[in-house]
Amino acid sequence: MVTGVRQVPDARSRTYEHPQVQAAWQTLDCGFATVADVFEECIYAALASFSKPQLDAYLEAARVIGKLGRGPEPLLAFLEEWPTVVAAASGDQEPLLPQVMAAIRVMQKSPNSKAITPFLQTLAAVARRLQSAEQVEVYVDIALNLMARTTGSIHGHHTTFPSPGLPHFFEQAPRLLGLLSTAGLRNWTDYGIRNYSKHPERQVDYFSLQSADSRAVLQRERHGTLFADVERKLDLYLRALWQDTEQLVPYSTAFDELRKPIPYYDRLGMRVPDVFDDVQAPGGVVGGLDRYRAVLAHMAGHRRWSSSIIADNYSPFQRMAVEFFEDCRIETLLIREYPGLRRIFLALHPLPGEADCDPETTSCLRHRLAMLSYALLDPQHPYTNPQLLDFVARFHQTLGDGVSSTREMADLALLYVARTRRQSDQLARVHFDNTVIDYRDDNRHLWQYIEDSDDEDFFDDPAKQNAKPAEVQSLPPRRYPEWDYQSQTYRPDWASVYEALHPSGNPADIDRLLEKHAALAKRLKRLLDLLKPQDKVRIRYQEEGSDLDLDIAISSLIDYKSGATPDPRINMSHRTDGRSIDVLLLLDLSESLNQKVGAGDTANGQTILELSQEAVSLLAWAIDHLGDAYAIAGFHSNTRHEVRYQHIKGFSERWDDTVKARLAAMQAGWSTRMGAALRHAGHYLEHRRADKKILLLLTDGEPADIDVTEPDHLRNDARKAVEELAARGVTSFCLSLDPKADEYVRDIFGKNWRVLDRVERLPEALPSLYLQLTR
Amino acid sequence: MSNKEQYLVRTEPFYQAQGREVILYEAAYAARLPVMLKGPTGCGKSRFVEYMAWKLGKPLITVACNEDMTASDLVGRYLLDANGTRWLDGPLTTAARMGAICYLDEIVEARQDTTVVIHPLTDHRRVLPLDKKGELIEAHPDFQLVISYNPGYQSLMKDLKQSTKQRFTAFDFDYPEAALETQIVAQESGLDAETAQKLVKIAQTARNLKGHGLDEGISTRLVVYAATLIKRGVAPQDACRMAMVRPITDDADIRATLDHAVDASFA
Repeated sequence: MVTGVRQVPDARSRTYEHPQVQAAWQTLDCGFATVADVFEECIYAALASFSKPQLDAYLEAARVIGKLGRGPEPLLAFLEEWPTVVAAASGDQEPLLPQVMAAIRVMQKSPNSKAITPFLQTLAAVARRLQSAEQVEVYVDIALNLMARTTGSIHGHHTTFPSPGLPHFFEQAPRLLGLLSTAGLRNWTDYGIRNYSKHPERQVDYFSLQSADSRAVLQRERHGTLFADVERKLDLYLRALWQDTEQLVPYSTAFDELRKPIPYYDRLGMRVPDVFDDVQAPGGVVGGLDRYRAVLAHMAGHRRWSSSIIADNYSPFQRMAVEFFEDCRIETLLIREYPGLRRIFLALHPLPGEADCDPETTSCLRHRLAMLSYALLDPQHPYTNPQLLDFVARFHQTLGDGVSSTREMADLALLYVARTRRQSDQLARVHFDNTVIDYRDDNRHLWQYIEDSDDEDFFDDPAKQNAKPAEVQSLPPRRYPEWDYQSQTYRPDWASVYEALHPSGNPADIDRLLEKHAALAKRLKRLLDLLKPQDKVRIRYQEEGSDLDLDIAISSLIDYKSGATPDPRINMSHRTDGRSIDVLLLLDLSESLNQKVGAGDTANGQTILELSQEAVSLLAWAIDHLGDAYAIAGFHSNTRHEVRYQHIKGFSERWDDTVKARLAAMQAGWSTRMGAALRHAGHYLEHRRADKKILLLLTDGEPADIDVTEPDHLRNDARKAVEELAARGVTSFCLSLDPKADEYVRDIFGKNWRVLDRVERLPEALPSLYLQLTR
Repeated sequence: MSNKEQYLVRTEPFYQAQGREVILYEAAYAARLPVMLKGPTGCGKSRFVEYMAWKLGKPLITVACNEDMTASDLVGRYLLDANGTRWLDGPLTTAARMGAICYLDEIVEARQDTTVVIHPLTDHRRVLPLDKKGELIEAHPDFQLVISYNPGYQSLMKDLKQSTKQRFTAFDFDYPEAALETQIVAQESGLDAETAQKLVKIAQTARNLKGHGLDEGISTRLVVYAATLIKRGVAPQDACRMAMVRPITDDADIRATLDHAVDASFA
């Protein structure tokens, strides 16, 4: 191969000793020296697993890849990885190879040819995860779909820009497939394509797992039992079975490849992994939920029975032995409490073979302890080592019928280490296989250190702990998902709602407003009196009742005496008529409220905000008279990162000067992200115990925010929020001040809305609307 | 008075005292003081009254109160017959005339206006005015009023008025401690003590969840039901699910937790 300027040594003339290799090299017809260097090994690997036709197909494919003009890397990746891919996908390359080659051809023809190398490089790892040719096909399909949809074009011309995310996708693929099923992977890529197809930098962040929502969506799609799904069950479990109410804090297991965190607990709560896969155990499948339960039971046992001891005088080996003994003591006690736990513990506990570890070459202490630990839990253990049996007996003797103590276990453990000690325990090669018991915590609570030692990392430096955290000014944000109608999925944790007390003004202003509307108030008062619970209502014509209804009784008696059939319904009874209504009044405080009402001559100088203020004051006054529980809050938003929810009146607060002062200080600004505010308000109403829960929204326009360009998005999100509320028994009702609101308000609120055409009448309209609604 | 016989408790009901309640009750009865029994459902309040009635040899009239119960359901009412109206005594009036122990079960379920009619019977007057009939009944010397209610109800509506509460002496009942409850369950159902102990353990597990999705824990009564089923040959897990878990909750999470507790207890 001769290129124009530079002389490249041609490796085609390279010769190999083995005739088959030589023949293969001829077929490959390749001039790269780097390929020639490793070719022999690759062919030996291929010869070991491929039949003749398979080998021919393999070489032919390699030849094509070598001639793509993309340098030696794709060819190297293919030659080295392909036999592994085929082996992982159950040994059959027939359906797989044409698929992969087709994919390579598509990539080659598009601007994405740079992605071929990463594609081939990670294919083996992917195939190992997926285990079958069909699954690999699905994977290739997802990748091609991603490529087609993210390959850029400017102004609708040719597809001239390569997909920014594709190479990163291939790089992350093995790891992604470790966490996701192919269906989950498809959802994850779809999300990225949908949201970032027009934004190359963010797309790269997304597909290289750098951005926050990339990780959030990944977390949502993971296989196994997610902590978030079972959190309540676990809380209940801890409370019911172990009388423990500790906070559960999940830690992420998705992004720590090297350092696998293990469960632990400290002052701030019990730390558990955010997901547990089901495990295949000899005794059957142990579900993720049961694995969580095992972890929690173990920690709860420690909290109940373990005490800490001073660690400084023990060697690391001794400490390890003490931990093993103590863990077994805890589990024995747990099993005593709930015998059924033994099944779960044993299924999760590794069962190391007695001869697994060679004491001549490796440090076997871990292995011995793991065997001992198993033997302590399972009376039917298979081990025969006399020392092991001796210590199993001593352990049970120490424990007896009591609970023993950490101290006694430590003594037993020290004795064990001394008795079974071997020279080889000091060796650097430690036998780890099959000795890790993953439901046990790291036992950090067991040790007390008097002096800082140099063989441990100390994270909690006392000096650092004394530094006072900054005073918290407002509540931490609550995050709510947002509905993406295009994909019919939620965007997780999308909007951050900050709740704060509304600043206060002068309460006298509100009293003045009420005075101004005194006439209206009088009219309302009459309505209110009609609505007030009328307590006793008489129900007549009852067969069974508390009293004889004399009129009916006499006429019945007359009927009876005169031979006609008497009416048997001669009693009457009473029922009390009560109201059980909780209402939350949610005010849209967006910028548009500052507009003056009316136009030209009719403008009376009042803003919508002032009118709303009057209306809300009157309504509050009215509801207060009725005796229904009510709360008032306002909201506005400045992008999804800052939805402000301002607390004006809580359900238990009284209609007094503090509340009036907050109402007096009402101010408008920013935009209207309705869905998040509805969800936040709904979460307050949800916990109320009234028969009827009403969320009354007063707004002057449609949902909008400056970070959303598509008008339908927030509208659909708001509708979804209303549906969610309805599912939780909260009725939402919208009073809109936008005369043109009909079309979208109907979309969002269904039947529960009203548009007020003449804004000036708001102070009158709002209270009477409420009265009508709750009559 | 001929129907007094029918209200007598003939055979001794099984009752296992948890403390000194039997002696205390006898003292209250001797002074004819009204008694109030508080405690969660199924902990033995009604059984206790039955037992005391048997022990004292007095007739017992039990009224289960409900929301629709009115004053006339307690006191009595006019009925029609061929000759006009006829007065029929209510259970409270019957008890006051006959000298029985009148037991109003779950009194808070009755409406508040209803509960007020018992007031004149529960203080020094010991009379029951029948306003509709124009009669004033002097309570029989043996008459005593006993009420029970469950303070565990979350509802604010269901509480007794202070004026009612302060007319009674009161006992606090609760589920007995494990050993005693085991004994009760074993005695009631004839089940062996070991299995009974496991059932009690499960019940206690559920009681820890009270207020966290459960309004009430598993009552002793339900434990006895489960024990009875087991005694009749039902598999323990099935019996626990049927008699102890399913009745108390519709919440899937709680059900899963309690099912797990059942499985963990019967290995």
